[in-house]
Amino acid sequence: MGATVVEKIFSSRCGRAISAGEVVMAPIDAAMIHDITGPLAIRNFYRMEGTRVYDPRKIIMLFDHQVPADSIAAAENQAFMRTFAAEQGIHNYDIREGICHQVVMEKGLAAPGEIIVGADSHTCMYGAAGAFATGIGSTDMGFVLKFGALYFRVPESIRVEVTGRFAWRVGPKDLILSIARDIGADGATYQALEFGGETIANMEMDGRMTCCNMAIEMGAKAGIVPADRVTYAYFEGHRPVKPVDIYPDPDAIYREHRVYDVADLGPQVAMPHNVDLAVPVEEVAGTPIDQVFIGSCTNGRFGDLAEAAEVLSDNRFSDAVRVIIIPASRDEYLKALRAGLIERFVTAGALVEAPCCGPCMGGAFGLLGPGEVSLSTSNRNFKGRQGSTEARVYLCSPATAAASAIYGEITDPRET
Amino acid sequence: MRVWKFADNIDTDAIIPGRYLIHNDPAVLALHAFEGTRDEFSKNVRGGDVIVAGRNFGCGSSREHAPLALTGAGVRVIIARTFARIFYRNAVNVGILPLVCDRADDIPDGADITIDIEKGYVEAEGTRYPVEPVPGFMQDIITAGGLVDYARELEEVKTCTGSQV
Repeated sequence: MGATVVEKIFSSRCGRAISAGEVVMAPIDAAMIHDITGPLAIRNFYRMEGTRVYDPRKIIMLFDHQVPADSIAAAENQAFMRTFAAEQGIHNYDIREGICHQVVMEKGLAAPGEIIVGADSHTCMYGAAGAFATGIGSTDMGFVLKFGALYFRVPESIRVEVTGRFAWRVGPKDLILSIARDIGADGATYQALEFGGETIANMEMDGRMTCCNMAIEMGAKAGIVPADRVTYAYFEGHRPVKPVDIYPDPDAIYREHRVYDVADLGPQVAMPHNVDLAVPVEEVAGTPIDQVFIGSCTNGRFGDLAEAAEVLSDNRFSDAVRVIIIPASRDEYLKALRAGLIERFVTAGALVEAPCCGPCMGGAFGLLGPGEVSLSTSNRNFKGRQGSTEARVYLCSPATAAASAIYGEITDPRET
Repeated sequence: MRVWKFADNIDTDAIIPGRYLIHNDPAVLALHAFEGTRDEFSKNVRGGDVIVAGRNFGCGSSREHAPLALTGAGVRVIIARTFARIFYRNAVNVGILPLVCDRADDIPDGADITIDIEKGYVEAEGTRYPVEPVPGFMQDIITAGGLVDYARELEEVKTCTGSQV
């Protein structure tokens, strides 16, 4: 019987054949904690009578949600984690590097074939590295810190096959929003999304990260792209990794096959207040907006900023809109800086912040007041996600965000 | 024990807004549960009350502050048609019993509810609603009172056997 990518990873890490549906205590190759979920995880580690973490080299710690500390409570949480890192010998990236998921990817801390957990739901983004990666809560993380293992029900997989070339100013975010609409907010619960096909094979890592990042928005446990030449090229200069065979077998058993041709796909916008409410941009074009956020683990990479800058061209952002641009990490910030993008954004009227989660966190800064409308390249538009529960958040690609920021209303990027 | 009825796709931002995640104390989190989406909840909820919801309860963030806010409010049982995966695990881990019930939508808001786990049903206003048993491997964690108490009893875990839980 053939195996899916997920079954191959679990089988390879355990040295025996493991099939979907089996409950297995799996070894954990890396575990990530940040300033929001970390303090609870550490407290649970202590409540479990933990004294030493299972392997300090496998724990990734950094702060990205409320940085620099925006309240005394946040400062206390971060100080608590710093002390823990020092006592345990854990390398702490602290507030220096940016958003956890981007940092894990660019430091090469998630490798093909590994099983990785993070105390954050968008941990599924490391599937772009060919890892099985999933978000967990803080008690599960306390368990991982102590034992270096966690039980999983090995998920069945949905195969998402993508073909065709993206049209002008249409890209991976539009693809994943359209997939979310089709699968629904809970259509992949307890499942893994395995991406494949020529479009994925030709997609750069930035786009693969965007797609895997949003697997959770369909309820999925993981999103994954089997490691290929693009993946291994990405790792060169980051971390030496050995190629692993995690391609799905031709006779692998999938719960479902989905086939997409992106040739006819246009820009998509997810309407308030659910990610699966995606519609073609034409249907919401003209909607006035108060704030545009370009950033987040979903779309805050150099490629995303370059896409926004290309659409911006020599224009200025509308004075009617507050434009907040936040590179996902220090590395991505530097790339944008060296390419002159930061100067262009600031000149055009944007506020460029240091790498962090920003308004997507809904608790640090850039919050929305009642009745306000935000257009955001992030991953969630739940009621209250970016502030007031009476605000409305639309999600889109960096190209659509930039075009809309020029005109002060939701705008089709193909018409600018 | 009264029923607090909720719709489909109740996300963790609704259960506990992001700006309160700096708090780790369930009692403090409980003061802000469903703030902005159902303000009466934190004011009127009483220990032992039961949340009943539709599909995909607890979707979104992995924040364990969400089930903790509910334990702080005294909620020990949540009944839903389906649960989001991370929330389901988190709930079990912090000592909440998540029960899947196909007919959860039929249970009325504000009803008195009793729960009979052994017989596999809940009863509200004279009607019995069957609930699915919790998966076997999670039963031990629930019996222990949550993952912390379960983990305290463990000396070590054997990986890859599939028989530990």
